[in-house]
Amino acid sequence: MKVPSTRWAFLLGFLVGMCCMYFSLQQVWFEQNYHVHSEAQETATVAGERPTSWRKEGGALLNLLLPHHPDEDSQVADMLSQRVRILCWVMTGPYNLQSRARHVRATWSRHCDVVLFMSSVEDPSFPTVGLGTKEGRDQLYWKTIQAFHYVYEHHMNQADWFLKADDDTFVVVDNLRWLLSNHTPEEPIYFGKRFKPYTKQGYMSGGAGYVLSKEALRRFVKGFRTKACTHTTPVEDLALGQCLEKMGVLAGDSRDTLHRETFHPFVPEHLLTTKFPKSFWYWSYCFYPIVEGPQCCSDLTVSFHYVEAELMYILEYYTYHLRAYGYVPRYLPSARRRQRLAPPLKAAKILNLKLAKGVKDKANHTASALVRENQAAEEKRAERGTEDNASFNLPINRTASRQGSHH
Amino acid sequence: MLSEGGSFIKGMLIGGIFCLVLSLLSSFSPVTESRTEEHHHHHVKAASKDELQQLSDSRLQELNNQLQVYCVIMVQPKNLLYWATALDTWTKHCDKAAFYTSESSKALEAINLKEKDDWVRLRKALKHAYENAGDIRWFFVAEPSTFAIIENLKYLVLTKDPEQPFYLGKAMKSGELEYVEFNSGIVLSYEALRRLVNVFPDEGKCPETGRALWKLSNDKQLAECLKFTGVFAENGEDVHGKDLFNSKGVESLIKESMKQNPNNVVEGCCSDMAITFSDMSPNQMQVMMFGVYRLRPYGHDFHDLLTFYPPKGSDND
Repeated sequence: MKVPSTRWAFLLGFLVGMCCMYFSLQQVWFEQNYHVHSEAQETATVAGERPTSWRKEGGALLNLLLPHHPDEDSQVADMLSQRVRILCWVMTGPYNLQSRARHVRATWSRHCDVVLFMSSVEDPSFPTVGLGTKEGRDQLYWKTIQAFHYVYEHHMNQADWFLKADDDTFVVVDNLRWLLSNHTPEEPIYFGKRFKPYTKQGYMSGGAGYVLSKEALRRFVKGFRTKACTHTTPVEDLALGQCLEKMGVLAGDSRDTLHRETFHPFVPEHLLTTKFPKSFWYWSYCFYPIVEGPQCCSDLTVSFHYVEAELMYILEYYTYHLRAYGYVPRYLPSARRRQRLAPPLKAAKILNLKLAKGVKDKANHTASALVRENQAAEEKRAERGTEDNASFNLPINRTASRQGSHH
Repeated sequence: MLSEGGSFIKGMLIGGIFCLVLSLLSSFSPVTESRTEEHHHHHVKAASKDELQQLSDSRLQELNNQLQVYCVIMVQPKNLLYWATALDTWTKHCDKAAFYTSESSKALEAINLKEKDDWVRLRKALKHAYENAGDIRWFFVAEPSTFAIIENLKYLVLTKDPEQPFYLGKAMKSGELEYVEFNSGIVLSYEALRRLVNVFPDEGKCPETGRALWKLSNDKQLAECLKFTGVFAENGEDVHGKDLFNSKGVESLIKESMKQNPNNVVEGCCSDMAITFSDMSPNQMQVMMFGVYRLRPYGHDFHDLLTFYPPKGSDND
């Protein structure tokens, strides 16, 4: 009697053990959700290094081959890039190379003709130019002055326009070329996000980036040579604006043909979804009327500010990669809507011929017309001088506002 | 007594180990089998540019005109912000967008199914969509926390015949069941929906109360019902094999890519022709709207072989 019962007990235990193990495995192993995807997916995600298409020259990166999408026809963009050469210099510092400047180097700066990363310290491997200044918020204007002088001395012949950006600014260089194609580098003019206080004609927000024509850069350097301009304040954007105003350089209107802003001092989420409170400083700073909601920003936006590392890549993805197949946008400046049934190649030729003509016509638009336009605008505005000392402290927090010292 | 107890425990241990060993051994063969299966049946890609260029202009135009998508969006008043965002953004690009709700909301209009159970609600919504389809032959089922680019969906199914059963999205495998994940959107052809609606009354194959001891999620229940009608889940991919239906948001995917492909973040991340993203905040969805339909670099043209015009009544696209 004893032997059979232990055997039964053993058998029962065996069955129970099997069942328990089966159920627990089912929960943990069998019923796990696996994604069904082809092997091609796995190879696609393990992408290797892209072939380098730029050349190091001293502290500068010269782009030999502007980035191209394999499926696209970039004839118009290429043509523009030959006519409108842009040198981009990025304000950065040794402590921000890995956290910020690196992502600028990997994304939008690849679309500039020449790129320079301006730091207080030289770093040949990044590469950065050493300006010989200290770091810190109070050094901003010093660094800007040194940077522009460096560009003037070493790279004047390599570009027509000279863009300054921060290491947390995202720039769509192709759209900057479109904006500038309406002007010539011999005009004394500069563009950016236009602010109105403390100057007659306004000045450009430093964080949103600003771009000087060749003539404007010449006059900036001349200003310092003749001592007409000096280091007045560390508030870089205001000081630069005041110097340029003194040297007869025009503050341009960078809005698109529908009067929508192209340079932005904030991230897209902030601009598209926030209703700014009426007490917000932005209302009294913007030169042009603020538009809230989707029309805040042009389709051909040039810049955003306060862009952190992930957002740099997200914006690069949104701008140059993600799209809606076949979608014809509402805003089609200086281009005719494509005929639906024309074979692709023919349509492209028609389109490009028309565009080439349109762009050439715009280039003949003279500076005098601009001056007239600017004067008319000026007459409409009351003078806002620097008499109001109480509010003079504001720009230090507003235009150059950043967390922590990192320049 | 003691010896019996001891034997019992010994039996249990050996039984457990036996089961483990058996499953380990058997686990090797099913994996290799299913891998070869996956290669042939479970991936749907868009037509390549070459394939499309072989079609005549008139055929392309015919396809362009006929291709319409009926969007079935399952909403609830508790997700009002997502509901409003979906209404304001991507759903405007559907040829027909129908919002099906569990209960009515004072703020927004929808087809009130007056049903608390989400599986029953989904069945009712799909039945309603089928009956009101008109000429529309493609159906896209989503929740408002999904963001979809309908033009890219049309591109994916352009050369696929809606009289064939198609059940597409982000395909997942759970045990033996392959299903399309709900939160990254489900695409059904007219034939697939027809078969589904016809199997709904069959309590044996497609019960309202669910078959298992525990309640299966809606996407798995849907897959079970469709399996009975001979319709199987397929993964939507682009020409490079990248997923078109994403169950994560663009920020998560970029962050992952920054870790895995630090030298090639954007190209190692998501498809250019992505159809859906999920798990994004309403504000991020507004930014995506701007990023997809508006923000672009001047002078770059794609010469797409289809043409989609902006819908009426919106200004954010």
